Amino acid sequence: MSARRIFAGPARLAAIAPYLWMALFFLVPFGFVLKISLSQTAVAQPPYLPVFDFTQGLAAIKAAFAALSLDNYRLLVSDNLYVLSYLRSLVVAAVSTAILLLIGYPIAYGMARLPQRWQGIAMMLVIVPFWTSFLIRIYAWINILQHDGLLNQILLALHVVSAPVVWLSTDSAMYLGIVYSYLPFMILPLYATLAKMDPALTEAANDLGASPQATFWLVTFPLSLPGVGAGALLCFIPILGEFVIPDLLAGSDSMMIGQTLWLEFFTNKDWPVAAAVAVVLLVLLVVPLALYDRLQRRQLEAGR
Amino acid sequence: MTDEPATSEPPLEVVAEPARPAPPAEAADIPLLRIEAVVKQFGGFRAVDRLSLDIRAGEFFALLGPSGCGKTTLLRMLAGFETPDEGRILLDGWDIAPLLPHERPVNMMFQNYALFPHLSVRDNIAFGLKRAGMAASEIAERVAEMVALVKLEGLEKRKPDQLSGGQKQRVALARALARRPRILLLDEPLAALDKKLRESTQAELMALQRRLGTTFIIVTHDQDEAMTMADRIGVMDRGRLEQVATPRQLYEAPASRWIAEFVGDINLFEGEVASREAGRLVIATREAGSIVVAAPLQPITKDVVAVAIRPEKVKLSRRGPASDDADHAHAINRLEGVVTDVGYLGGTTTYRVQLDSGAVLRSSMANTARIDIDAYSPTHRVVAWFTPDDCLVLEQ
Repeated sequence: MSARRIFAGPARLAAIAPYLWMALFFLVPFGFVLKISLSQTAVAQPPYLPVFDFTQGLAAIKAAFAALSLDNYRLLVSDNLYVLSYLRSLVVAAVSTAILLLIGYPIAYGMARLPQRWQGIAMMLVIVPFWTSFLIRIYAWINILQHDGLLNQILLALHVVSAPVVWLSTDSAMYLGIVYSYLPFMILPLYATLAKMDPALTEAANDLGASPQATFWLVTFPLSLPGVGAGALLCFIPILGEFVIPDLLAGSDSMMIGQTLWLEFFTNKDWPVAAAVAVVLLVLLVVPLALYDRLQRRQLEAGR
Repeated sequence: MTDEPATSEPPLEVVAEPARPAPPAEAADIPLLRIEAVVKQFGGFRAVDRLSLDIRAGEFFALLGPSGCGKTTLLRMLAGFETPDEGRILLDGWDIAPLLPHERPVNMMFQNYALFPHLSVRDNIAFGLKRAGMAASEIAERVAEMVALVKLEGLEKRKPDQLSGGQKQRVALARALARRPRILLLDEPLAALDKKLRESTQAELMALQRRLGTTFIIVTHDQDEAMTMADRIGVMDRGRLEQVATPRQLYEAPASRWIAEFVGDINLFEGEVASREAGRLVIATREAGSIVVAAPLQPITKDVVAVAIRPEKVKLSRRGPASDDADHAHAINRLEGVVTDVGYLGGTTTYRVQLDSGAVLRSSMANTARIDIDAYSPTHRVVAWFTPDDCLVLEQ
């Protein structure tokens, strides 16, 4: 079959559409970002050098290529600010994912064991917060957590505390915001795996002498690992680059990488360094994604 | 699974049997399992309705019934997955109601096998042994024994999804037997297998049961399966046991019209008792005239009854039977009609004969000769005949 025939007809077009999409909206923009990350900041429009100008002939483009350097990446490694931001992002993402798993798993487990008609309602309850803008919900948390907010009013009224507690601008508030926002992304994949699990498997384990706890750890949990992986990735990756929640709820003493990136781009107007920060973040994210992909591939092969 | 003498087997003992006091004094004649007036309701629906049943040690017992008759619910109560609303379940004379499924000396083979997909064949079989706290060396020994028992040698490291349906079935069986349960519960164990494999597996299950001496309780909707394998069959309908009998009794002496129709094929003619003579009844039927039947052991009390004849008891001939005994010739029932359908099934041929009254009589005859010059074809006029002893009289 000739190459022309392979790519003929609407079906073939549909098959290459995702690749076209990826190339147009991911690879090409990423090429721009990568190029900017290798440039130098400049007081100009756009605020970096060199600029490829295809009207100036081949020699100018060669010169532009020669002007590209890895200086920005060297800066990222040498300046503590960036390393600490990356580390903080990794720690926040890891801790948040762990908390999400601890809270999300029991909820998903309970949902999967509800009678069928209640499962749909439970699912609705998990999804319903999405109907309100994410930003509005975070601002609502600010309202609840602030000095004279709802939480402090309740605590004072119940005489749990004698003076208002500082909640806002702390790491606790940030974790609360992250866990609150990402919980559905943890629950839904976990619920999907747990709900499709054959209940006969837990009965078989019971029948063979495993107590309910042993059954959970020996059968239910190992079989739900694909859901755990999916939920953890769905939370870990966006939390790693999270900007809004730490910016609004956490204190200003330490920053996540998203905040650093924002600072470089908007406040310092240093596009090349901001671009380098973004490229490194992407590389960091490729590692867990590749791991997950390999895991899934292995499961697919085992399933054959 | 060959018929080796049972003595070559190590003594059977239960692995995880909970400690308990000695059974009561009258233990000598109590059955292994006694089900006493057990009721199970789901909402307003009575899945099991005041059902009582005794099962002896070493028995191969089949619970047979249409889907929704409550047989699976009963099995699940024995395993401990459902609790009876009323009644008691006694094992060796002790009420097992308070025991959770993982505490019962009973194991179950699930309908779709419920093998643990993340564990190898070996680990699936060893699962119950590890829970019982057996030593690793003993576990290895027992697993090897079980693998040999169900002929799975060489597949120990495979995962369930790398096995064929028949192999999965064997793993499930080995896993359920590994703990040496007092009773093995089998929920439609052969339903997922194709016909050929089902028949060979039936034979293997029977040989295995005889060899191990374990009490088997099997739930099935397949009457051939129950008839082939079981020592006794309990026929269930709407949560009740309609009859508990050996396969032969069930087939030749069904307790009710419903069972007669449920188990095997049957010809039924409604009629009234016209006369009673020594050992014989004459039933006047609307569709097949007067039929002479052997009087049943239990006297008939109703006037309106049904005469039932199994198709293989109905013989066809062109002229009617030649009787050696002229005096008793009148006692043979003869019905004349025309063959309308012939179904050749290899070993047997089934015929549908339209009687002169319009009713249809089914006959099934063994093809004992390879070339049958006497075969009947549609439109042939024939005499269908059967003896009084071949007839059943059913009151309900």
